Amino acid sequence: MTTAAGAAPRTLFDKIWAQHVVAEVPDGPSVLYVDLHLVHEVTSPQAFAELAARGVPVRRPDRTFAVMDHSIPTVKNPLAAADPSAAAQLRQLAANCEAHGITLWGAGDPRQGIVHVVGPEQGLTRPGMTIVCGDSHTATHGAFGALAFGIGTSQVGHVLATQCLLQRRPRTLAVEIEGGPGGALPAGVTAKDVILAVIARLGAGGGTGYVIEYRGSAVRALDMEARMTLCNMSIEAGARAGLVAPDDTTFDYLAGRAYAPTGTAFDRAVARWRTLATDDGAAFDHVIRLDAAALAPMVTWGTTPAQACAVDGAVPRPEDAGGDDAAAAARSLAYMRLEAGRPIAGQPVDVVFIGSCTNSRLGDLRAAARVLTGRKVAAGVRALVVPGSHEVKRAAEAEGLDRVFRDAGAEWREPGCSMCIAMNGDQIGPGQLAVSTSNRNFEGRQGKGGRTVLASPYTAAASAVAGTIADPRPYLEARP
Amino acid sequence: MTAPRFTSLTARAVVLDAADVDTDQIIPARFLKTTTKDDLAGALFADWRGRPGFPLDDPGNAGAQVLIAGPNFGCGSSREHAAWALTAWGFRAVIAPGFADIFRGNALGQGLVPAAIPVDDHARLMAAVGRDPALPVTVDLDAQEVRWMCGGGAADGVCRAAFTVDPFARRCLLDGVDELGFLLGMDRAIAAHEADADEARHPSGGAR
Ligand code: SF4
Repeated sequence: MTTAAGAAPRTLFDKIWAQHVVAEVPDGPSVLYVDLHLVHEVTSPQAFAELAARGVPVRRPDRTFAVMDHSIPTVKNPLAAADPSAAAQLRQLAANCEAHGITLWGAGDPRQGIVHVVGPEQGLTRPGMTIVCGDSHTATHGAFGALAFGIGTSQVGHVLATQCLLQRRPRTLAVEIEGGPGGALPAGVTAKDVILAVIARLGAGGGTGYVIEYRGSAVRALDMEARMTLCNMSIEAGARAGLVAPDDTTFDYLAGRAYAPTGTAFDRAVARWRTLATDDGAAFDHVIRLDAAALAPMVTWGTTPAQACAVDGAVPRPEDAGGDDAAAAARSLAYMRLEAGRPIAGQPVDVVFIGSCTNSRLGDLRAAARVLTGRKVAAGVRALVVPGSHEVKRAAEAEGLDRVFRDAGAEWREPGCSMCIAMNGDQIGPGQLAVSTSNRNFEGRQGKGGRTVLASPYTAAASAVAGTIADPRPYLEARP
Repeated sequence: MTAPRFTSLTARAVVLDAADVDTDQIIPARFLKTTTKDDLAGALFADWRGRPGFPLDDPGNAGAQVLIAGPNFGCGSSREHAAWALTAWGFRAVIAPGFADIFRGNALGQGLVPAAIPVDDHARLMAAVGRDPALPVTVDLDAQEVRWMCGGGAADGVCRAAFTVDPFARRCLLDGVDELGFLLGMDRAIAAHEADADEARHPSGGAR
């Protein structure tokens, strides 16, 4: 964007921030207005209890939307299948929403799904908004050029009561990602591989204190689902939020969605959204560059998402990491039972999970199906495909993807967070190794003692067929 | 709802020598199926309990109120349950070379002080507590300083490490100001902002 004469060039973040500051506390944080508050069952009960204890109402139920996703079983009749504490939590959310007039897409609702899948697909998530949720992967919504970040339960209470948050202004980090001609990524390389490479570069805490703007030809060429995958994992580098400037790809995605403006209101909105992009010459506090044209599919080998390498590479040697990182790498390898210097491909796999707010949208399921069509999940491997929402599930079934998964021997489940966080009964066993399209490979994340390898839907599906961690590229040759 | 207060604390410390201690370790997800903040002490580091040498299992560490951990403590999830579990166990401060953003905010709101001290000081403090596990460690929020008796080095035998926390959060803890009460007091400014806000920023998309 070029700026009006005389105005200092500003970043996308600067513009959104300025439009939402209600007040500045002297020598303190800003009071920031929240346009959209998304709520789920796990991080909200204590916040509603706080409001009740103070006798304070929800200020803007019309700006608050709730879903059931984290602890909901991914089977038909999930409420009947939930364990007693999960069932109580789900009932509590329903009661709180009822009492405060909050729209809830709960069990059985055709719009139910993972909060970060549902917001965009309903058209709630739009450029220029501030969006918060008691969930660290709220950064997903930044794909639309919205400032979106996760908050703790006390802050959920603050937003319920005042629609505002006390926030320190973060610093800005530009991540410039260049692809090949037209921004193209190499065959078999996806947004998931790109973000794993970015996190490996930044480190698990390298983005702390920053809001990232993803820029460059490779980002412009991504569709909205892939941009969501990219922004989703910003938190895994410690960044609060990730942003992509809105463009025609964004507007085309939003047109016709349930909550998006219509008619002339949509045209007015687009005109306004076009002004949000970072101005030419605007300064970021820090810039890093990544050559995506040189990337291979990525997998993690350790217990933080930053511990990642190319799928056709070798497990790194801790001593190459140096200093404290070497000790951490050695500990991670011991937990993962992987041997430094050996190829990461070929490691036996017990479970494959395709799902989560990172990779459970229609494009992700199509990618997995591209590999699985006409193939079988290897004997002894459990493969789970969990669509991100009922809308995704219906769309996938309409094009026959469910058949592809079932014919391959994979389970086709109902929507929810499922094995990403392992709260709903879907989990891996002690010592089992899962190749997972989710976003966290922390110790025990997918079940106590379980070992997680993060990967793209291509790589996960290829690993399911091979029965070992596998490079997906040979599986994609000669496929449409 | 009384707001938490914190001025200064001198207590015994526990060392957890690990980097990137994430919220799934601090409190595994299966303990999040609760609707209250009660009974979370037992969930703290549940999957690390029972491992040989895990410091919280050491009965000698009962009563410790300071946790000393490695860099990027509290990374991962936004779950405030992590701060609740730490305070439920009895911790009032965590000392590390650095903290994850969301955890730091969650902790401050619970009166759990995240004291980020320089790496060299951190190494010296770990060594000192390693030599004498009963060494009292002071976390002084007013002075924004961690102190411990270290014999040599400093003239008065006291080692000092500076930290800073957000000035507003610090005032809230020193004075017992409650953040939600503060925000509720901003009602007029919030209403004025709402009157001005662009309709395209409303979730209903201006289709109202
Ligand atoms: S899918 Fe996983 S990361 Fe995403 S919201 Fe659910 S639990 Fe969190």
